[in-house]
Amino acid sequence: MTGNGPKDSAAMPNPSRLTVAVPRGALFGDTLALLDRLGVDTAEVRSNDRKLLFEDAGIVTMRPSDVPTYVEHGAADIGITGKDVLLEAPERDVYELLDLGYGRCEMVVAARSGDDALGEAQRRLGRVRVGTKYPRIAARHFAQTGRQAEIVAVKGSVELAPLTGLVDGIVDLTATGRTLSENGLEVVEEIVTCTARLIANPVAHKLKADRIDALVRQIRGEGA
Amino acid sequence: MIHPIPPGTRDVLPDEMRELRAITTALGGAFEGAGYGEVFTPALEYEEVLRTGDATAAGAGYRMFDEQGQVLALRSDMTIPIARLVATRFRGVEGPLRLSYAGHAYRAVAHGSGQQREFLQNGIELIGPEGAEAEAEVIALTLAALDEAGLARHRVGLGDGALYRTLLEGLDVPEERRGPLLDCLSQRDLVTLGRHVDELGLQPGARDLLMRVPELRGGVNVLEVADGPLGGLAREALDGLRALMQALSERGVADRVILDLGLVLELSYYTGAVYEVYDPAVGFALGGGGRYDDLIGRFGDPRPACGVALDVQRVHIAQAAEERMR
Repeated sequence: MTGNGPKDSAAMPNPSRLTVAVPRGALFGDTLALLDRLGVDTAEVRSNDRKLLFEDAGIVTMRPSDVPTYVEHGAADIGITGKDVLLEAPERDVYELLDLGYGRCEMVVAARSGDDALGEAQRRLGRVRVGTKYPRIAARHFAQTGRQAEIVAVKGSVELAPLTGLVDGIVDLTATGRTLSENGLEVVEEIVTCTARLIANPVAHKLKADRIDALVRQIRGEGA
Repeated sequence: MIHPIPPGTRDVLPDEMRELRAITTALGGAFEGAGYGEVFTPALEYEEVLRTGDATAAGAGYRMFDEQGQVLALRSDMTIPIARLVATRFRGVEGPLRLSYAGHAYRAVAHGSGQQREFLQNGIELIGPEGAEAEAEVIALTLAALDEAGLARHRVGLGDGALYRTLLEGLDVPEERRGPLLDCLSQRDLVTLGRHVDELGLQPGARDLLMRVPELRGGVNVLEVADGPLGGLAREALDGLRALMQALSERGVADRVILDLGLVLELSYYTGAVYEVYDPAVGFALGGGGRYDDLIGRFGDPRPACGVALDVQRVHIAQAAEERMR
């Protein structure tokens, strides 16, 4: 191989080692702790939160929803992301190898406490308006439960949408329910439990089978 | 003023076209040199013909009415039209037949997915012979043709399309539970697969078997690992793969083949060995194929067959990436 400049190796990761896509955000701390236990040196990742690419450790960091994209295209061999992200991007061709157990959250339908806005809209208008950052999960859930829903995609704080009358309810991820209750919302239905998952690129899963299997065994062995 | 083309289709300009042409010439030359004569079939077929080949193949594509009110469809792969061609144009002709093709196929795409709606496939079909020797010929020729096209590190992943289904039957998994398990396997969602397997309430040995098979990948030693727990249940599939690895080794290409016992392909007409082609420079398969012994019979002229189809644009991406790494 020629040209080992940083740019080249970014496009073509070192073939003898796995490149791991690591999610920043809520799963970041537990993921780094897991990598530490697997013997990956994460000191530099912890000490520098502007840098995104850590070649020595074989780590690239990104927002969780980008992890399946990088892994599908083989820019990372394996990655860690939430099941919520995978459910929202079902067309991504990645292998889901392990439930890592941490980052446990509930995908829920929530609405203003006390006034049954969802039920009322359903009864009188024949449809509900639902705000969410997860339009596909939301659409699937309402379709599966036989209700017509108008999905309103919002990017920021979803809790605001029902309070201002934009929507009757929301579909969102919650760990403790605190943000919901602080905003006068309550959980009406639970859709699915989401945890962190180990995913792999389909080609790397064959061409780097030994290293991926060793990693999976190591993670399983420690009962994560 | 913007005049768009549909997402998933593309215009090709001279610089790229020259390189694509070099690839199709190299692949086509290798196929022709090995005795595979090129055939051409129409992009438009009667929908019923495509449906005869594979119930899902016609549904996903593009349909239209002709001036008689007949339903036409754009072909979604090349193998079904060639099965029709063999059963009609070669009826009564002694095999084996060696055919090659280069043509466009069409599939529906998810919005914004970046998938190709129209794609150029270059491939071969070997019709007549049963067994490992034929499959080895197709796989070895695939590897050699890609050498000609400028790839160097490409590999073939090899499995058996009927293996997991046979296992489920052998373990008496109720019929209605098999579908979800096979779906999980084809999407390689091993987490959900594990949940479904747990719900079956099988003996620990049977449970381990269903969980371990999709993870078995590697060289010929994988078959020995599988033989203990699998031996009795999937004897036919394992013997087939062993014979095929032997035939590949005689052709000197076994070290470029990776066994992958969890490999399942999307198309339902495969009956035995299935394979995919990879290059470490790119994260997606360059093509795939397998044995489809029942397909030509659906058109009235039963003949065993196997083949492979390569996606020319993907081969080009891999070739360009390999060139950059040199």
